[in-house]
Amino acid sequence: MDHNLQAKISRRIAKDSAMKWLFGSAAAILVAVIAFLFYGIGADGVDRLNLSFFTNFGSRFPEKAGLKAALVGTLALMAVVIPVSMFIGLCSAIYLEEYAPKNKWTAFIEMNISNLAGVPSVVFGLLGLTVFVRAMSLGNSILAAGLTMSLLILPIIIVASQEAIRSVPDALREASYGMGATKWQTILHVILPSAIGSILTGSILSFSRAIGETAPLIVLGIPVIVQFLPTGPLSTFTALPMQIYDWAKRPQPAFADAASAGIIVLLIMLVTMNAFAIYFRNRSEKKLKN
Amino acid sequence: MTTTLVRNDKETQFRVMKNENWQKPVYETNGLNLWYGTAHALKNIDLSINEKEVTAIIGPSGCGKSTYLKTLNRMVETVGGVTISGNVTFMGNNILGKSMPVELLRSKVGMVFQKPNPFPKSIYENVAFGPKIHGVRNKAILDIIVEDSLRKAALWDEVKDRLHKSAYGLSGGQQQRLCIARCLAVDPEVILMDEPTSALDPVSTHKVEELIRSIKNDVTIAIVTHNMQQASRISDRTAFFLNGEIVECDRTSTLFSTPTDERTDDYINGRFG
Amino acid sequence: MSSIQPSEKARTRDIIAAAKKKERFGKLVPYLLLAVTSLTVLATFGIVYTLLKETFTFFTHINISDFVFGTEWAPFSNADPSFGVLPLLIGTLKIALIAILIGVPAGLACAIFLSEYASPKVKKIVKPIIELLAGIPTIVYGFFALTFVTPLLQTIIPQLKLFNALSAGIVVGIMILPMIVSLSEDALSSVPASFRDGSYALGSTKFETAIRVVVPAATSGIAASIILATSRAIGETMIVSLAAGSTPAFNLDLTGSIQTMTSYIVQVATGDAGYGTTIYYSIYAVGFMLFLFTFLMNRAALYIKTKFREEY
Repeated sequence: MDHNLQAKISRRIAKDSAMKWLFGSAAAILVAVIAFLFYGIGADGVDRLNLSFFTNFGSRFPEKAGLKAALVGTLALMAVVIPVSMFIGLCSAIYLEEYAPKNKWTAFIEMNISNLAGVPSVVFGLLGLTVFVRAMSLGNSILAAGLTMSLLILPIIIVASQEAIRSVPDALREASYGMGATKWQTILHVILPSAIGSILTGSILSFSRAIGETAPLIVLGIPVIVQFLPTGPLSTFTALPMQIYDWAKRPQPAFADAASAGIIVLLIMLVTMNAFAIYFRNRSEKKLKN
Repeated sequence: MTTTLVRNDKETQFRVMKNENWQKPVYETNGLNLWYGTAHALKNIDLSINEKEVTAIIGPSGCGKSTYLKTLNRMVETVGGVTISGNVTFMGNNILGKSMPVELLRSKVGMVFQKPNPFPKSIYENVAFGPKIHGVRNKAILDIIVEDSLRKAALWDEVKDRLHKSAYGLSGGQQQRLCIARCLAVDPEVILMDEPTSALDPVSTHKVEELIRSIKNDVTIAIVTHNMQQASRISDRTAFFLNGEIVECDRTSTLFSTPTDERTDDYINGRFG
Repeated sequence: MSSIQPSEKARTRDIIAAAKKKERFGKLVPYLLLAVTSLTVLATFGIVYTLLKETFTFFTHINISDFVFGTEWAPFSNADPSFGVLPLLIGTLKIALIAILIGVPAGLACAIFLSEYASPKVKKIVKPIIELLAGIPTIVYGFFALTFVTPLLQTIIPQLKLFNALSAGIVVGIMILPMIVSLSEDALSSVPASFRDGSYALGSTKFETAIRVVVPAATSGIAASIILATSRAIGETMIVSLAAGSTPAFNLDLTGSIQTMTSYIVQVATGDAGYGTTIYYSIYAVGFMLFLFTFLMNRAALYIKTKFREEY
């Protein structure tokens, strides 16, 4: 065959394999960065992970500083975020998927949700500061922070739940109507049970976002050194990422170790939640297959 | 392995000898076996494709005819898990070996697919794509190649005023002829056509068939088709595939008038398939 | 049997009444749900109203052109406070630019690798890692930038300050990477296989097919992913607050401390500027600018994705 052509083609093939390595190394570097990140933080923080780290309150002395208030605060925060965001998110998703007429108002709501998803978290903080902290005089309380965080993750929950509801086969809906069920009964007894796996997956992922978000809490004025546990929804509190932020900012190296240890705790929480999310996703996939 | 190859070689020689008026084969296939995973899709295929002829490959769905066609330019490998054994030579070169880069093979062997698949580019860019890939940079030369290919594909008059418009403005039949022009632009020895008219209406089908007839003096064509009338209209030779095997291969007129195998007779007379 | 007992009559009546009640409730449901759904609209209005109102108040203290065109940002100066936003804008742009320079090439390379080259096995390993990267809180990235990336870079660039635009920008680039990878990979994967077949059948290599056919066909999706990622980089707060410092700088230096729009808001929030002061209102003006930028970019991304969607 044509020699010139053959030479040209070998050059092109060489270029192709060079580019394959280049593209592949981008992926490899990505993996390496994550390994480096986990290793770097893990190695520094792991020594601080003893019992007192969990039972001590925040402190000006790095070796005494602990996570107690922050951990309880984060849990209390989630106790507000989960019901509020789930309720609004589910209602919105059900409305938009099952009831909403195709009109301008619906289109406006949909557009609005996609806009909300792109608003920087620090701006949600400004909203919370003005509306919840000041106008509704909730102060820098669990409730104010919980409502702010709920709004922040709402778009994610709505979109995930919409997708989950949309993926329920129409045959199931028709079967339910065929037996004389009303629309609301169909939603409650047929659609939600089959969609709940995917809804939970999306929701858990968004809760893990709320656990790690720091910027809105800072803007709301959530304090960092709190020497007591919250007593109710209107109680002042601190949260895990706030505590980490405070430690990370301090110049003493011992505080950096505390921050690393705090990050390990935070990441373990998030990985656990992701594992649950994956579990629910697999379970719902299996259910739809059967 | 060796024994089967010897047997196959003899058979091929026998066939070539028997049909002295056949021209030298562009493709020779000996004892080709192909598996998708564990599914045995092609079984001991022996077939030659002769120069400047139209070879039609017919058979019911799932008989392996498309798989065979895609083996000829090794597009079959784009789905994973394919195992191939046996021998396929293209102009005397083993195409299944490592020494044959698929890029080289495919620059000599064009392919037209079931559904027209022009790129989302202009008509001009579609035709110029192949030459550009193969290193033609000169605009004047590209212009000549594009016009020449479109003329050969009998499309020039229809598109000469909108060369730089999107190929998606063309009708389905025009798109398919554009895809043929795209093949012709790299001056291939062979064009493989995988049911090229199955997505087209009768008028467009007729135009594509006309086109095949008009280019067959320049290029060897292997065409897979469901349509037996089409095979009898345009092909010089026909191979009948069934369950991954070749049942019969002969001159088209012979195969359609006096098939030697009962199954061929049944199939071409519509008793199954 | 022929006549219905009075008690049964009553029961039938109860059933009908219950059914009617259910029906009334069923009719109410969509309105209740609509009311809850409209809360999302209320949230947006809340954001816009809050920002506009307080920004308006801010502009009664500070001249709007001094804000928009001013090159000095010194709100805490007792003698002569000045509120020229350009230094914050430059700081934000520095971060966004470095992040794009890091994130876009690496993200696109990774997306092309995953969609065009990687075997399903490799894909199955790499994709969850990218999802993991996307789930890491930005405070963790910020800490990573401050305690690992900056010291590492200082061994190469000795004059690099502890707080600097460079390492914060690089880490923001890593932060937006997963977003670019997954959105671009979606766009590339949705290019029909028949285009690739057509290109391979003409003798193209994978690289030629990717660059000349697949990427051009996915341009709108890729462009949208880049714009969205840039918008994220502009709105990113914690990485810059921790690693980039809090010195408004009206220059092009990347090795020194800077301040971005977001990190200024954080600085004021962690400080003790009282309610009602000019500084207090200034964070709303800065927040409004931030909102406006990200809003316009998100709209642009959506517009490009829908209007320029290639029809296959």
